Amino acid sequence: MIRIENLCVRLPDFSLHKIDLRIQTGEFFTLLGPTGAGKTVVLEAVIGLVPVSEGRIWINSRDVTRLPPEKRGIGIVYQDYALFPHLTVYENIVYGLRYHKKDGKKTGKNLDFIVDRFSLRRILGRSILNLSGGEMQRVALARALAVDPSVLLLDEPLSALDPNFREEIREILKMLHADTGITVLMVTHDFSEAQYLGQRSAVINKGRLEQVGTVTEVFHQPATPFVAKFVGMKNVFPAIFEGRKAYVANLRIELGCEESGPKKYIAIRPEDIHIRGDKFPPGTPNCIEATVSKILNQGFYSDVIIESAGIELRAIISSSSLFRMNLTEKSLVYAAFDTSVVHAF
Amino acid sequence: MKLPNWRNQALDPLIWLTVSSSMIIIAFILLPLFEMVFQSSLADLRETIRDKDVIQSIRLSIYTSVSAALISFLFGTPFAYLLARKEFAGKKFIESIVDLPIMIPHPVIGIAILSIAGKNHWLGEIMSSLGIRIMGSVTGIIVVLTFVGLPFYVNNVKTGFEAIPVRLENISRSLGASAIGTFFRVTFPLAWRSMVVGMIMCTARAISEFGAIVIVAYHPMIAPVMIYQRFTAYGLRYSQPVAVWLIILCLFLFLLLRVFSIHKKKMT
Repeated sequence: MIRIENLCVRLPDFSLHKIDLRIQTGEFFTLLGPTGAGKTVVLEAVIGLVPVSEGRIWINSRDVTRLPPEKRGIGIVYQDYALFPHLTVYENIVYGLRYHKKDGKKTGKNLDFIVDRFSLRRILGRSILNLSGGEMQRVALARALAVDPSVLLLDEPLSALDPNFREEIREILKMLHADTGITVLMVTHDFSEAQYLGQRSAVINKGRLEQVGTVTEVFHQPATPFVAKFVGMKNVFPAIFEGRKAYVANLRIELGCEESGPKKYIAIRPEDIHIRGDKFPPGTPNCIEATVSKILNQGFYSDVIIESAGIELRAIISSSSLFRMNLTEKSLVYAAFDTSVVHAF
Repeated sequence: MKLPNWRNQALDPLIWLTVSSSMIIIAFILLPLFEMVFQSSLADLRETIRDKDVIQSIRLSIYTSVSAALISFLFGTPFAYLLARKEFAGKKFIESIVDLPIMIPHPVIGIAILSIAGKNHWLGEIMSSLGIRIMGSVTGIIVVLTFVGLPFYVNNVKTGFEAIPVRLENISRSLGASAIGTFFRVTFPLAWRSMVVGMIMCTARAISEFGAIVIVAYHPMIAPVMIYQRFTAYGLRYSQPVAVWLIILCLFLFLLLRVFSIHKKKMT
């Protein structure tokens, strides 16, 4: 278990503000955020590499806030692998064993299991300078796990890999967590990784936590405009709420239910907005007439930005639909979205 | 692979300017040295190397310069590590202090060292009570050579430490190694070539020192002082063979430096 209480870190050019997180034993937790948000600083504070100004860090009910990194029992894997270039694959994997002796004997009873699990046996004698990205990341994971840490921290372990290796390592991480049940805290800027691997997630921005919840909650019910945009809800607007309706500038939007509590914004995913050249059937909710202001070709699909009643909405349509509808800028289109896809917060 | 089109490049005035400037500089460095080497006959060189005073001065030059490099290694390595790894108030100022010996005129260095080594200074008094003599002694020569060579060692090793990703040290700590253990198992094996190159540069710089030595310790004579003494007492012909032997020594150091530098580049 990892418990972070009121954590503040003050560095010359960056600060973390009152981070509170509780990661349960055996949980795969992802910390999401854009570059420079403070994800790695959180990891380095947990492992003891940056000085903590305020707050406490607990690992399995042990307060480790003032302990040096080597006394915390935490493994870390960086995106750039950080393998020791002067050592072979085997020497890298067993590097930490001499510091983890039990009753005068080295641990590492699961070394054979790890070597086989990560398919490293045939490359044990090789220099790490001749390995592929995927092999390097497997060695880095094996090295971290060889000392049997109670917690594993992953700093964007998939970011530096090309797509083939990324899928391979992602599968390995999933299996590893299922096999060992180790507590994992992974930072990433890629929400799809969190969806695939994580059980719960937190989103951090400018050194502050924006939201903590299950991956589904964060994805479907973002708590702030930042989180909404981060998880792909490109259409986020301040709104005025009246019963089952919300007003964004002059646009009236019907909601699925009457919103209770103070709400300030609505958000709609671009993939939930349907566009067609002719009118929708009468009774279709949230049906608007709009003008195409921009079309951004993204390869297999296109982002279509439409304007109606003074606001711009972003929708996604497939390239074939775009071709079939013969859309160009200034085209008149009809857009509609269901009341259930409008998220108010 | 497509070969560069030299015909087109030759027409470029910038190429002409760079090539001609380079040739002038290389000639400027090599011409006096070649001239000096070829003006000394083999017989003169043979006779000089049999001269006990010359052998003694070259031996002393090597001994004092290598001593200066070893002292730089002992004290300069932790200092370079601190500069490479830690951010602290006044760091730029400290880095400037390290470079001071490169900028100060060398006789001034000699005078400065003597001013604290004399009996009218508390430090000089302590050294005197411990039987340590600076003026006119081998110890004095080593102190001066360490003073002038240290910046070359510290700057080179600092660059070497900076080239090692700090994440390697972080990983080592997370795997259970202490800070000291991490230094000896990760940092040192990756930085030792920088240290060797730094020591060679420090030795090379120390071997060529004259201005500060002539103030602090004219005797016992190191090779540059011997060359100066031969030149002033007997003229150019008698100083040249000693100078040639010193150049050969410097060339050997230069070759060592190149060998280690090439290996260092391969490692990175």
